[in-house]
Amino acid sequence: MDRVSVVTDIRQANQIAARENRTIFDKSGSCVLNLMSAPGAGKTSVLEATIREIAPSYRVAVIEGDLETTFDSDRIRALGVEAHQITTGSVCHLDARMVAKALTVFPTDGVDLLVIENVGNLVCPAEFNLGEDLRVMVFSVVEGADKPKKYPLMFHTSDVVLLNKIDLLPYSGVALSELLRNVVEVNPRAAIFPISCRTGQGMEGWVGWLTEELRSRRREALSTLKT
Amino acid sequence: MHELSIAESILDIAAAEAANHDAAAVTAIKIRLGDFTGVVQEALEFAFEIARQGTIAATARLEIERVPLKTRCPECDMAGSTDFCFICERCGTPLEILSGREMQVEFIEVAEQEVTWIASR
Repeated sequence: MDRVSVVTDIRQANQIAARENRTIFDKSGSCVLNLMSAPGAGKTSVLEATIREIAPSYRVAVIEGDLETTFDSDRIRALGVEAHQITTGSVCHLDARMVAKALTVFPTDGVDLLVIENVGNLVCPAEFNLGEDLRVMVFSVVEGADKPKKYPLMFHTSDVVLLNKIDLLPYSGVALSELLRNVVEVNPRAAIFPISCRTGQGMEGWVGWLTEELRSRRREALSTLKT
Repeated sequence: MHELSIAESILDIAAAEAANHDAAAVTAIKIRLGDFTGVVQEALEFAFEIARQGTIAATARLEIERVPLKTRCPECDMAGSTDFCFICERCGTPLEILSGREMQVEFIEVAEQEVTWIASR
């Protein structure tokens, strides 16, 4: 019986695929968001509201991930934005290979902002890098204040947390300060935006932040071209 | 259930190493699994039992070493607590993770091919 040293990360195959996706996104100059949340937190509604503000100035495209149906990609197309639907069947998260396959029929040339809306799931998507620039999490105020501590990996690995449905705070039995404190403890570095995509509260802050990200990437791409 | 895809990745890595060494079978796979990963040990063990069937690791035992989540303050060097708080209790700086995110195949144990001597005339 021989022992063979391996020392290989189990996530390696996905990481390699994610890096290849990254190369494609860098070539097209696209800023890519991996949009994640529990089912029903409001990912697609937040995305619709964000698209309405961003699409007049930037070319947006969306890759949707769901177990079944094309409901979400249909909603995005209804806004005049290109969308591609991945139906995973029973797989509870998107991985880099699924996105790579989608990119063969849904190219990102000329796309400023690609949003990949992940399967609604607070557990598995956290471990699967897709080649994104930013991980954006939607956390609705009616999910309970202890959610960040119960699902720490998802919260900890997010760059942005959109605290959605703040119009329902009076009925949630939770103070905004408690929600914010729990998010900050698990992820002191995340940019946090309390919003209601339904009433529009807080959307200016989130859209302003995202627009600044897109602008600075455009400036960087232009300066790279000049050199 | 994504523990199944993780079990398959573990088996792919083990099979590739076994092929590099012309092994007849993989008899054990040792992995290091951090406490701050999205993986449940029992689910992974169950998925492994299913996924290893019909592979070169069909009889392999899976050894799992758990790695605890350890954090440290980069400013004042204080060790973080074991709950999921990533802010330094002393100075409020975001903590860095020292361990707990591991998901690694450390080594495998293989059984060599039996050598058959063919007598030449």
